[in-house]
Parts: sequence; C-alpha cells; structure tokens
Amino acid sequence: MTSATIDTGTTATLRVRPLRDSRLTTLLAPAVLGVLVIGAWQLAVEVFDIDPFIVPSPRAIFDQLVESRASVWEGMRGTGRNALYGLLIGAVVGIVAALLSNALPVVDQMAAPVVAALSVVPIVALAPALYTMFGAAVNTARVIVAAITVIIPVYFNTLRGLRQVRPVHRELMHVYAASPVRIARTVTLPTAVPYVFTGLRIASSLAVIAALIAEYFGGPVDGLGKAITSSAASSNYPLAWAYVIGAILLGLAFYLVTLLVELRVARHQPGS
Amino acid sequence: MRANAVEVTGVSRVFPGRKGREVVALDDVHLTVSEGEFVSLIGPSGCGKSTLLRIIADLDVPTAGSLSVFGKSAHQARLDQDYGIAFQQAGLLPWRTVSDNVGLPLEVHGQSRGSRRSRVAELLELVGLADFARSYPDELSGGMQQRVAIARALAESPRLLLMDEPFGALDEITRERMQGELVRICAETGAAVVFVTHSIPEAVFLSDRVVVMTPRPGRIIDVVDSDPGGSGRRDDEFRDAAGFFHTVARVRELLHGGPATTTGQAVPAARGVETR
Repeated sequence: MTSATIDTGTTATLRVRPLRDSRLTTLLAPAVLGVLVIGAWQLAVEVFDIDPFIVPSPRAIFDQLVESRASVWEGMRGTGRNALYGLLIGAVVGIVAALLSNALPVVDQMAAPVVAALSVVPIVALAPALYTMFGAAVNTARVIVAAITVIIPVYFNTLRGLRQVRPVHRELMHVYAASPVRIARTVTLPTAVPYVFTGLRIASSLAVIAALIAEYFGGPVDGLGKAITSSAASSNYPLAWAYVIGAILLGLAFYLVTLLVELRVARHQPGS
Repeated sequence: MRANAVEVTGVSRVFPGRKGREVVALDDVHLTVSEGEFVSLIGPSGCGKSTLLRIIADLDVPTAGSLSVFGKSAHQARLDQDYGIAFQQAGLLPWRTVSDNVGLPLEVHGQSRGSRRSRVAELLELVGLADFARSYPDELSGGMQQRVAIARALAESPRLLLMDEPFGALDEITRERMQGELVRICAETGAAVVFVTHSIPEAVFLSDRVVVMTPRPGRIIDVVDSDPGGSGRRDDEFRDAAGFFHTVARVRELLHGGPATTTGQAVPAARGVETR
C-alpha cells in the first residue's frame, strides 16, 4: 500500500531529524559554557592570585587528577561499589514493596505513613548509628544508607507506574477473560517498566551521593568521601578537588547508564 | 434453528447519579441481530449506544431485561470468546510489535507461537499491513493502528464483531477508506457486526440496518433498512446513489425529531450528530 509506506516514511524522518539537531545543541552549548567558565576560573585565580585553600586553579586540580589518577580511580571504585550495591538492594526492596502495595490496599495504607516519614529523614544522619551497629571496619553501613535513599524514589515511581494501565487495555483483558496473573504479565508490569526505570535514574545519582556522604561519618578508608576529607585535612586542596571531580564522574556514570537503559526500555512508550 | 447473534429483550440500564438522581442510559431496548448481519447504532451522545454495546460485550450489566449472544448469556459468550471487539482508541500495547499485538488474544488463550504465526500473517494480509509486522504502534498512523486493532478483533475468527466508534478519531478521507475495507473484511469473514457510530453516512454506508436512538432516556426510536440496491455492493457507487441519500435523509429526519414518540411527545432535536 503506497499511502501506508509514505506514512511511515514521514514519521521515520520526523523522528530522526530533531534527534540529530538536538544532539548538536545539547552537546555543543554546555561544552562551550564549560570551557568559558573554566577559562574564567583559571584567569581569575592567576590574575587575583587566589590562595589554593580558597580556590585552586583548574590547572592545579587537573595536574593533581592526572598525577593521582590511580588513587582517584581506587576511590571511585570503593564508593561506586557501595553505591551500586545500595542501588541494587534498594531497587529490589522498592519494587517489591510497590508490587505489594499495589496488590494489597492494606499494605498501601500501612506503608504510606512509613514511606512519607522515611522520605523526610536525612538518611545519611543514620550513618554514625549504623557504623556502631555493624562496625566501622566494613562497608555495610554505607550500603544500607545508599539502599534506603534509593528505596523511596523507586517505590513511588513503581507504584505510580503500576497504576497507569489504560482503561482500554484493562477492558481488553477483561474481554479476553484473562487471569489476574496474565493481566499483570501482559499489561500491568510492562506499563510500569518505564516508570521503574525513571525511579532508578533518579535514585542512581542519589545512591552515589549517599554512599559518599556516609563516608564522612566513619568506616574504612577506601572511598572518595574519605579521600576528600583526608586530603583537605592535610591541606592538599587541589587533590581534594581532584577527588571531587572523581565523585562527579562517578555520579555522571551512574546517571548516564540508568538513563540509557531507561531510554531503551521506554522507547516505544509515549508519555513516560 | 441457529440462534441469533444478539438478542436484546427489554434491556434497561440505570446509572446511580449524584444526589440520588438516576441517569437512565437505556430504557426498555429490544434488538435482534441475525448471523452475518451488519447493524449500526446511531444517536447523539448520551443515547446509550455505547452502553448497549458494552452490555453485549459483558463490560457492563443491564439493570433490567435480558440478552443473549448466540443463545448464551453475555458472560458465557465472553468466556467463550464468541465476539471480537474494537474500541474508538486502537488500544494497542505500545511495547509490542504489530504482529504481537494482533496475536495478543491468541497468546492470552494459550495458542503456541508457531500456530499463531500463520494466523497473524493471514490477518495482517487481510488488513493490508503485511509489510508492517515488525513495526511498533508508535511508528504507524492512526488509520493503520486502527486496522491493527481490527485485525486483533478478528484474530479468533469471531462470528460477531463489536465496534465502538472505531473510526471516530480518524480524518474523513482515511475514514471512508476504512469503511470500504471493513465492508470487504465483513464480506470475507461473514461475521455479524454491531457498530456504534455518530456519523449518519457511515451508518448508512456500512449497515444492513441502522438503529436510531435518542437520549434521556436512551431508547430506540426506529430501525431503518439500508439497501444498497442495484449491484448489491457497498462501494463508492453506493455513496453516490439516490437510495443512499434517501436513507441518510430518513435517518437524519428521525434524529432531528421527525415523528412523535409513543408517548405523544415530540422527540427533542438531536445534537452532536454528524449530518455530513
């Protein structure tokens, strides 16, 4: 059918072109801005002769980053591992809890105040208590802090996703006389999947932040947070900043990976 | 003797309204649809045409009266998958390819992938979308999505097809083409059709009988036969035939409050009905 072929032809080109355009602007514009800001920063430090304990120059930070890349990488691995475990555990708990809340209204009603309370607790503030509970020689406390931080956005987004089933899909399943398990598998869960990944994307950078901040309160010395505090304490400010850059890169990596997974999973689903 | 496709006897549907005010969506409706017959339900919004279709589909239950689908209760007919259904929204699952959407009812009812494949290919051929088997719904135009939905409704070769304004969201040009295709598909499958629409020409073009309904309370005021005459074919020639215009005028007259009702009151003029 010719008209049909033309139909898809136009949608295909329509979909490709804005993507290519936006790729250029989304990459180029922030890159230009970044170069300008870093240039101005370097210039300001040199012209006004600013002390490194106030603001080190970008060049000094970069030199430190290159020089200590092995230990920055080591720190990223330590913090990243805690964040990853926290993300995975928190995701599983959040998703399972959302499934339960969706299936059983009683659970939903019981969970609502708990989750609301949990979402206002500054989770990292629990870190000192958790170090005492699990011991300061292991990473357990950090993983738990990251996991609790992750649970909340994952839980809320999953629960919302499970409730997005379109009436027309529900009626279709009713017409097919489908079993509840079949309905869940065919319609409810696939509808929720993009929402789950939106929750995970939000949670991913939170997990890194939580794991890193938790290091400030104690525990073993194998993460970026510890490295930042100890290098600042020994007045090596450019090195402290180099570790901060490592933390930024780590957070970005978590965010980008989950974003790519989300885009891939939700690529045919509108409005999510 | 074989049972009629649909038999509706004295069906009423009353919705509880706010402050105890009840809304009578359907009031004492009688309707028979024979095997292989194409019947349209037409009327302004609120006349209960969709409610009637939903009751036949067992998506709603009547508050009074009874109905049978192929001699069984609507509930049993649904469990037996005696009908296929298409809604105004195509309602495709966006994460499934076109073929997986068409094969959905077969899959839900436990047919193996192998036996599904040939049936799905056949159905896509029927609706002219064989080249789009691996596309996703968001890559199709509205008309194509609706054809996928029709193919899905036909998947289990139902002897009854229920359609709730399936072309309502399409532009006029696509709509006329889809009507032509539906006529062809019905001729090929021999299924009876109950078709809800608010377009008079659409109802007259497609149906053997046009059931004209009025709102508040939802009632059938008349049933108009639509005979393609001459060639007996419903094609573009029929759209230009004098008989077509006569039937359109007749339906329009009824909708706009022609004859008096049984209670002696004039039927209020129908609003929201397309008279194009």
